[in-house]
Amino acid sequence: MAFDYDKYIRPGKLPHIWCPGCGHGIVMKGLIRAIDALGFEKNNTAIVSGIGCASRLPGYMDCCTLHTAHGRAAAFATGVKMAKPEMNVICVGGDGDGTAIGGNHFIHACRRNINITYIIMNNKIYGMTGGQFSPATPTGAKASTTPYGNPDPPFDIAKLAIGAGATFVARGTAYHATQIDKLIVEAIQHKGFSVVEILDDCPTTYGRRNKYKSVIEMMNELKDIAVPVKAAEKMTPEQLKGKVLTGVLYKEEKPEYTAEYAKVIERAKGAAK
Amino acid sequence: MAKKVAFMQGNEAAAHGALYAGCKFFAGYPITPSTEVAEVMSAELPKVGGKFIQMEDEIGAMSAVIGAALTGAKALTSTSGPGLSLKQEIIGYGCITEVPCVIVNVMRGGPSTGMPTGPSQSDVMCAKWGTHGDHPAICLVPASVQELFEETIRAFNLAEKYRTPVMIMPDEIVGHMRERIVFPEPGEIEVINRTTPSVSPEQYKPYDTKFGDVPPLAAFGSDYRFHVTGLNKMEDGFPTTKASIVQAEEERQVRKVEANADDIIKYEEYMLDDAEVVVVAFGSTSRSARFAVNEARKQGIKAGLFRLITFWPFPEKQILALSKKVKAFITPEMNLGMCTEVVKGCVAGNAPVHGIFRVDGEPINPDQIVDKMKEVK
Amino acid sequence: MEKKLPTIEIIEKYCKGCHICVEFCPTKVLEMQGFVAAVKNLDACIKCMQCELRCPDFAIKVTA
Repeated sequence: MAFDYDKYIRPGKLPHIWCPGCGHGIVMKGLIRAIDALGFEKNNTAIVSGIGCASRLPGYMDCCTLHTAHGRAAAFATGVKMAKPEMNVICVGGDGDGTAIGGNHFIHACRRNINITYIIMNNKIYGMTGGQFSPATPTGAKASTTPYGNPDPPFDIAKLAIGAGATFVARGTAYHATQIDKLIVEAIQHKGFSVVEILDDCPTTYGRRNKYKSVIEMMNELKDIAVPVKAAEKMTPEQLKGKVLTGVLYKEEKPEYTAEYAKVIERAKGAAK
Repeated sequence: MAKKVAFMQGNEAAAHGALYAGCKFFAGYPITPSTEVAEVMSAELPKVGGKFIQMEDEIGAMSAVIGAALTGAKALTSTSGPGLSLKQEIIGYGCITEVPCVIVNVMRGGPSTGMPTGPSQSDVMCAKWGTHGDHPAICLVPASVQELFEETIRAFNLAEKYRTPVMIMPDEIVGHMRERIVFPEPGEIEVINRTTPSVSPEQYKPYDTKFGDVPPLAAFGSDYRFHVTGLNKMEDGFPTTKASIVQAEEERQVRKVEANADDIIKYEEYMLDDAEVVVVAFGSTSRSARFAVNEARKQGIKAGLFRLITFWPFPEKQILALSKKVKAFITPEMNLGMCTEVVKGCVAGNAPVHGIFRVDGEPINPDQIVDKMKEVK
Repeated sequence: MEKKLPTIEIIEKYCKGCHICVEFCPTKVLEMQGFVAAVKNLDACIKCMQCELRCPDFAIKVTA
């Protein structure tokens, strides 16, 4: 049987707004398969986003969905999770939303280790506003605001998350579709703040400006640069040049925030007696 | 049994008012002169199973408050000055998505960092015009510790009843003064909870105008699931750019407050029956004004006080009616004329409006008001 | 014994014509017909599901 995505999509909401060849739809399918595999109740699942192309994802999902302000997804999601820790809370969004305007909320959600999974669709550009460079745009790349090439160095989003204290960090690509749901399932099952960075393509505002001939060329690049963590162990630094590690990059068990706050409640109630 | 009496600071009283109203969530960020609200909430909320979180910044705090409120919790934040500026983005989000919550903003000198420990009343315009776009505004301006406690309960009631963020704005003097407070018994002051859906989950729409201007609000994690967005939206919560719907929804959001102004507006009239010179004042300034009215009466000046307890919506009708029978208004305030301009708009030229403005971090002295009364009577 | 063929349903109103399914099908089952994807050679299908998984537009359903 074909997988029944319709079970999790709001009736009448497709086709979605994403451009032809944009990988966000591939990521959304991976998220749906993950939610299905985990057996989550739709009523008990909140999907929270900021602003941008990727942040339009919750509107299609038949769950409790919260399309917030630019960059604020992690902060809104923290409020939802704190107030109702029994809910499954998943953040989705893009690289600019999550790591530029939302960078502060993102790193502090990592630090707190609150049990939320944040899926960052990294297409290296602000797509919705027409292709301005983001904190993930490579140095030298063309964007509508870097007509002479980008002078900024980019973030390594996965490393940023690890450095900030996220206890589960994984990376996949839109090309490696079969891996996406597996990474998301593992991230959600992990107790604590988990980040799944999916390298994605924006053919419309990044590809065209940067001389990619087609969506296919962008997808092939994702295929070529991705090296699974295990395979990378056997490769020389020379061989790894220009490559990006994929799979589970970091995993650590640490106290989870809402569980720690439950202890605060116990202590406060004990002190009140 | 005798009621519980305490000697308490205003900010602490605001926190206890929130707890009385059933507040179960607080997110904030430290800022002078409002931090005591957060400190009390951090101690008291977990005792009642509530949640306190100190966020990474003011915007994050406001965001977490809206997130928590959407799960059905009564949620509070507190801030001052620059913090209010930062929160405005998400206050606008709360207005358009119609999520009940309360913001305690303790007014300090501004703009920018200004005078963090100095009193001010210069945020009242920010309560109405601070976030971009048209939106409803409810702002309460208590004048004593007891009133700050009670008005915080009312702020929650109004937020829940009208499904919108409500601001309560004590000036720094009211926030930091210590006074006697008598705590009401549980149930003594009415506590209002938001209307939840009566229809089935399949039929539920988060902005269903079939139920009037304030549609019922379901909670995330209940039997209902729905979409919330800061984009202009339709009754079902999904975005639209359809002109007729956007126009109607924008108008409804403002109307739900403006059309219920009589329910929201609260004020105190003091010696107004025969008054010729009327002081319009609020917050700590109204305490100087009351003293000034008493002094003026002793000196034979027919003075009175119209004390604002609700600043937004503004009691336009009441001020207009007064303007037809008095000789002059005096508007003392710790800013450069914010309330004065609003009063001038209400009186429509019927009587002169004389402002007394201080922005030097000192309260307005009763003598200043009495002197002005002598000048204009 | 005759091999049991899968069915590949293409929802034309969802297909945005990105070519991903056509290009990455390992056995070249699909082709573009105008702006939308279409089945050209079902016999060659090895039921790897990659076209369905990679379709960003929810436009392909493979039933094996």
